[in-house]
Amino acid sequence: MAKTILVFGEVRNGALKPITRELVTAAAQLAQAGGGAVALGLVGDGAEQAAGDAKALPVAKVYTATHALLSSYSSQGYAVALAAIVQAADAGVVLFGATAMGRDLAARASARCGAALFSDCTELGLSNGTLRVKRPVYSGKVVAEVESVAPVQMATIRPNIFAPATGSGSADVVAVPVQIEEKHVRGRVKEVVQTATGTRDITEAEIIVAGGRSLKSAENFALLEDLAKTVGASVGASRAAVDAGYRPHSAQVGQTGKVVNPKLYIAVGISGAIQHLVGMRTSKVIVAINKDENAPIFQKADYGIVGDLFEIVPKITEEFKKLRG
Amino acid sequence: MLFTLSDEQRMIQETAREFADHEIAPVADRHNREGKFPLDIVKKLGKMGFLGMAVPEQYGGTSAGNLALVLALEEVNRVCASTGVTMSVQNSLVNSPIVHWGNEDIKRRYLPKLATGEHLGAYALSEPGSGSDAAGLVTAAVRDGDDFVLNGTKNFITTGAEADIVLVMARTDTSHKTRGITAFVVESGMKGYAVGKKEDKLGLRASSTVQLVFEDMRVPAANVLGEVGSGFKIAMHTLDGGRIGIAAQAVGIAQACLDASIKYAGEREAFDQPIGKFQAIQFKIADMAMRLEAARLLVYNAASLKDAGKPHGKEAAMAKLFASETANNAAREAVQIHGGAGYLEDFPVERFFRDARITEIYEGTSEIQRIVIARHVLKNLQ
Amino acid sequence: MKIVVLVKSVPDTESKIKIAADGVSIDPAGIKFVMNPYDEYAVEEGLRIRERLKSDVTVVAVSMGPDRVVEVLRTALAMGADDAVHVNDPAFEGGDAHASARVLAEAVRLVGADLVLGGKQGIDDDAAFTCAAIAEYLDIPQAQIVTELVLSDDRSRATARRRVEGADEMVELVLPAMITCDKGLNEPRYASLPGIMKAKKKEIRKVGLADLPLKPEQVGAKGSATRLVKYHGLPERPPVKMIPGDAAAQAKELARLLREEAKVI
Repeated sequence: MAKTILVFGEVRNGALKPITRELVTAAAQLAQAGGGAVALGLVGDGAEQAAGDAKALPVAKVYTATHALLSSYSSQGYAVALAAIVQAADAGVVLFGATAMGRDLAARASARCGAALFSDCTELGLSNGTLRVKRPVYSGKVVAEVESVAPVQMATIRPNIFAPATGSGSADVVAVPVQIEEKHVRGRVKEVVQTATGTRDITEAEIIVAGGRSLKSAENFALLEDLAKTVGASVGASRAAVDAGYRPHSAQVGQTGKVVNPKLYIAVGISGAIQHLVGMRTSKVIVAINKDENAPIFQKADYGIVGDLFEIVPKITEEFKKLRG
Repeated sequence: MLFTLSDEQRMIQETAREFADHEIAPVADRHNREGKFPLDIVKKLGKMGFLGMAVPEQYGGTSAGNLALVLALEEVNRVCASTGVTMSVQNSLVNSPIVHWGNEDIKRRYLPKLATGEHLGAYALSEPGSGSDAAGLVTAAVRDGDDFVLNGTKNFITTGAEADIVLVMARTDTSHKTRGITAFVVESGMKGYAVGKKEDKLGLRASSTVQLVFEDMRVPAANVLGEVGSGFKIAMHTLDGGRIGIAAQAVGIAQACLDASIKYAGEREAFDQPIGKFQAIQFKIADMAMRLEAARLLVYNAASLKDAGKPHGKEAAMAKLFASETANNAAREAVQIHGGAGYLEDFPVERFFRDARITEIYEGTSEIQRIVIARHVLKNLQ
Repeated sequence: MKIVVLVKSVPDTESKIKIAADGVSIDPAGIKFVMNPYDEYAVEEGLRIRERLKSDVTVVAVSMGPDRVVEVLRTALAMGADDAVHVNDPAFEGGDAHASARVLAEAVRLVGADLVLGGKQGIDDDAAFTCAAIAEYLDIPQAQIVTELVLSDDRSRATARRRVEGADEMVELVLPAMITCDKGLNEPRYASLPGIMKAKKKEIRKVGLADLPLKPEQVGAKGSATRLVKYHGLPERPPVKMIPGDAAAQAKELARLLREEAKVI
């Protein structure tokens, strides 16, 4: 019998992260191609609470591993617990979201389980029953096709690559016993400090409106905020804009900021230095708005508008509002 | 270019390049437009050791050598010639002569702070009435007990407004033109020291150039650099080294012109293609690249001769003359390639064009360099 | 206290990456190798900790790879690291992140470390998990993507601020621990000239397979869990569609295209 395809369900505040549904889709596609059941693994505090929601996902089983010492996130402790689920579920493939927790845990768990790990995958496939993936390397300048030679394979997957799973189910919940000791939690989260302003982090956003130094001031970013609101987008920024103090570093897209992969990326007044392009070049659709028709950003864009951003952006906001009714 | 650099020379070059690109380049245009002396950048260069390259380790420097110095100067001048001249003066015209001619007491007192940029230095030779005819200087230094009393005015003093330490050439004997000159290490805090008019210049607008005025300024005899009467020899020898620094500055400016031209030739389109596809532009760029390569070799050669302790007066003059003409030619062509845009301050070649001009003038005009070269190659006629 | 900083030699971001004819390697021509930018934050943090604690702290830079990595070790020394270790052996070649992590973990154990610092990811393979795998092999706790690090006075604990989506996590760790560094943690210093002159005189310690308790089949290509099938270039984007007209017309057309053609809003 083919091995289980396990999805790690990231729980934050007792709720499953949206990427989990996307991972379920990915797992279902693998199962269809190579057999095996899709299961969900939940670890730590909130796992049991989330398991209630998780039952409704189109998965065969939901495994939970909880322990008093896992009340807060610990990469070491979580890796021990997840390894127990991998064993209990007889998992051959484990999928994680390419989120801060997903990446952190996958790294540790893969080393613990002797598994192959592919990070930041953009394409998943099977070859002789094991994972074969595509993932961008060299800051997205090249795509590597990599396969596994290990019995267990793990992968972290970028958001917005797979459509969220829509079906429902009524999976059994299996509690997996784990043995965690103090020595497994020598590093743990003591406190979570909120930094964002309610909108989605740019790495999770489906639409990003990003601005450069041409916005001229932090206040002028309100123009982009207005545009972003019409389509539920998050606001990003170029390094120049961040260095000028217009936006916090958490909004920075690019080499020294974040790599984003949204459905739609609207670059406003961003010339398109290579350091910026590496952070957003995999966006599905790129719109560039710039007053300089020679700006390199236009070479990477799908749609280009040459014009004064202060004039054009409010007009786009109006049009988007009309579309949304 | 087959000019083998040692590991540390290469690392110094790369560090200078990174610092120039990341710390100086982003603010160079603004500083030049506003005529602002980049004190914070100069201080950072000092902390990193770029001002103490001629100073031995025991006095807080690195003795990194002249080739390393020109490699670093080239990088700094590539992004800002104003910062470059400030760095060149401190290394070549202030620290270097103190290292060579200073006694132990003077070295201990002045070098550690100059090597790290805690103190900035200037070199005061030119006067309102004497430029190329340096030996015609009239600033007077009259012995009075343990001191000399200085009176006079010095012109075109780079970093003069900011300097803590100034190397001043003054006349101690009116009966000898050259042998009547003495070099003094002067502190800007000495009574009678005043900063005069700040010059408004065509280029190098982020460097400071001022007049210095001395009125009954008492300088202790212990601050005589070398011997009384050896000032002219010190001044001339110092300028030989300084010329290599200015030559490196010219190479840096020429490189900047070439880089900007290549970039623009690839970006700007005319008649439906990048202008770099036209031979008229290609030939200009080819000539710029060729001259730059030749200038760079002359500069590296002169610096290497100096490092090896060999005579380098002729080679320094050749390097300075050729590199400065190369820089001006490159700047002229760079503006031409940019067309109307090159005439605007929006593009950096406008600044390069203005900055290049001085390299044919200071630390010995092109005419003086030709005299120096001619004297060397026509020895049998003298 | 000993701080080990892991540094990697990677192609400069400006370098053009060209796939070699064999399809499974990168054409080295024209590539300039530099210290991985995130590792610079790690070196800087090590040096700052040494400066803060004042006494009994040594910073050791460790790098694995061919002879060119000596250059990044010299850079670390020129920035101020006390010692450098070059981990190299023909047997290590072709290893994936796990195989490399196994070697580096043993090298760190050999050197001895109370704190291990690394960059949040190498900008070449972008795997971003070598450091965490090293931590697992060493059985020490980790905090990744760290933007703030505070050590307790008795040097036994650390608190790290790490970025997660929309929030910062404060992670408390018992040393020895692994920290991976992100932009924002500090501003890396430039190498100083005295540092460069000193760096050339320092001996770099060599560590090979024979020095480590590992078997040839555990390292390099043989010890890897993954195999590179081939590199692909990026698919060509169709040329940009420029939207003409005045601002109002442009806005209207953009909205239409995004809805009807691209189907993204």
